[in-house]
Amino acid sequence: MLSDRLFGLVAVLVALAYMASATQVQTSFLSDPVGPKAFPMLVGAVAALCGLYMIVRPDDDPDWPPGRTLLALLVCIIVLISYAYALKPLGFLIPTAITAAILSYQISPRALQAILTGIALSVGLFILFKYALGLGLFPFPKTWFAAAS
Amino acid sequence: MEILNNLALGFSIALSPYTLMLAVVGCFIGTIIGALPGLGPSNGVAILIPITFTLGLDATSALVLMTSVYYGAMYGGRISSILLNIPGDEPALMTTLDGYPMARQGKAGNALVLSGVASFVGAFLATIGLLLLAPLLAKVAYKFGPAEYFALYLLAFCTLGGMSSNNQAKAALASCIGLGIAMIGLDNNSGLPRFTFNNLHLMDGIDFLVAIVGLFAIAEVFFFIEGKGKSSSIGVKLDKVTVPWREIFSTKWTMLRASLVGFIAGILPGAGASLGSFLAYMSEKSIAGKDGGFGTGVPKGVAAPEAGNNAAAGGALVPMLTLGVPGSGTTAVLLALLMTLNITPGPTLFTDRPEVVWGLIASLLIANVVLLLMNVPMVKIFVRVLQVPAWVLLPGVTMISFVGIYSLSGSYFDLLLMVAFGVLGYILRKLDIPTVPVILGILLGRHMEDALRRAMVLSDGDFLYLFSSPIAIGLWIAAIAGFVAPMFLRGLLQKPQRVTD
Repeated sequence: MLSDRLFGLVAVLVALAYMASATQVQTSFLSDPVGPKAFPMLVGAVAALCGLYMIVRPDDDPDWPPGRTLLALLVCIIVLISYAYALKPLGFLIPTAITAAILSYQISPRALQAILTGIALSVGLFILFKYALGLGLFPFPKTWFAAAS
Repeated sequence: MEILNNLALGFSIALSPYTLMLAVVGCFIGTIIGALPGLGPSNGVAILIPITFTLGLDATSALVLMTSVYYGAMYGGRISSILLNIPGDEPALMTTLDGYPMARQGKAGNALVLSGVASFVGAFLATIGLLLLAPLLAKVAYKFGPAEYFALYLLAFCTLGGMSSNNQAKAALASCIGLGIAMIGLDNNSGLPRFTFNNLHLMDGIDFLVAIVGLFAIAEVFFFIEGKGKSSSIGVKLDKVTVPWREIFSTKWTMLRASLVGFIAGILPGAGASLGSFLAYMSEKSIAGKDGGFGTGVPKGVAAPEAGNNAAAGGALVPMLTLGVPGSGTTAVLLALLMTLNITPGPTLFTDRPEVVWGLIASLLIANVVLLLMNVPMVKIFVRVLQVPAWVLLPGVTMISFVGIYSLSGSYFDLLLMVAFGVLGYILRKLDIPTVPVILGILLGRHMEDALRRAMVLSDGDFLYLFSSPIAIGLWIAAIAGFVAPMFLRGLLQKPQRVTD
């Protein structure tokens, strides 16, 4: 009950914000009868109605995972976000090994196995992507070898 | 005669050694993807699209490769259904009902071969249906103006939402989320930015591939982390694999009927393979009656959903190719592939680029034969794939998703968006809000708005123009019926529970 109500409320608020933002869309002087605002307004209005319905007639709550699992999920999200930032400056191999190891540990908590999985996946996928598929990836930070040469 | 000429053109493309090689590789990868628990056709095809794109294949080759993967994944889904009682994808759910009991009786090999043959029959007949029906529908589609297209898009959202969810409001909300996201970026008509919040990364809009990979693949990873060991049930051992001719022969009518039912379900916009396998199983169950023993491991119960599921997969290609409206999650992903390759599906595709359409259809027929030949003798190899542990598989899937999206644009922003979509997908699925309408909204949002605006330009702002032709009115009625009817049919369409140990 509560989950649906909360989500419905968020949906209504986002939909209203979306519609408010739609009114700010600039219109060019040469426009068609509908213009760039009408369709987003329509979508926002329908979304707001659906959100209201979810508040009024909520379904039963899903089984949310217990606190420890939620924490594990949060860790994963943070790791994935850091991975997104790290991939370009730090090259492929090191961030991939670390991220894969942490994800593997979250699924099956055995440290050595997770570390080996991380390293094997990182090297294996690098070879696959770089040499078999020809994607342009850098194995290490560019500056490591640029300084030496 | 025209069809034969077209087919000859198709086969001349599909039978070149290179294309044939792609079809075989695609079938092989596809079967593995389908067999891996938790990696179905939708997310399997989704994570491969960016990589295919960066490989720089030409349109026909990429399409052949990915549709082979799609068909292969449909085949592979049955392996984990039968041996582990875990459906590899949603349509394979019905196969677990009789496949798993059959495997527990020591007839795992029979069930696998029989379902392979049933898949072949379903997919083969559907491909024949596709090549007969698609050109006809393409001729009708020429009559479609913007008003009809607007109604058609609406129909797709309504039926997809109505069928795939237990709650109409939630399905509609999901469509709106997708449509709302599609609006982000520069406006097609005026070229002015909308909803970009002065963020340069948002000027081009949100790439649908980022959304698809996030919603399907990354969300799946979160579900695995939540489930941990829960999903690893003990499988059934596979001893000897022989061809059970008698069982294949005794289920021939079941296969034919199930193929027909599945194909029709597949053509309906928004219904797709899940409905196909469901309807095929339920209709065979009622034909067999109480003495049929459905649910206890009878061959017919394995053959029906597999034939129906694969026929629906073929049927879903009909509206996707002729109208540009996908019928299921996976065809939505295939539509994304076409759009990435700069191919606009629709009636003009059949006249402007016949080599793409007919090459695709011919390679589907070839892929089918390859899959049958591959699946019967090599089934033991695919069974071994099931032993890949989740703690290797899921990190691997995540890394492939990241590299795929990263190779599209080389921007960290897309990766962040992908993670955000993953979180969104997790929350939506937790709340029983379907994610496929979100994808459909992102894919079709711009087209839907364009259709509305062009209709209004033609009629000079008269809204009644939307209902001005019989086709448009028919589509509106179908849309409303498709959205409302499932509310009343919910009792009838209640899905049977999975077999539990």
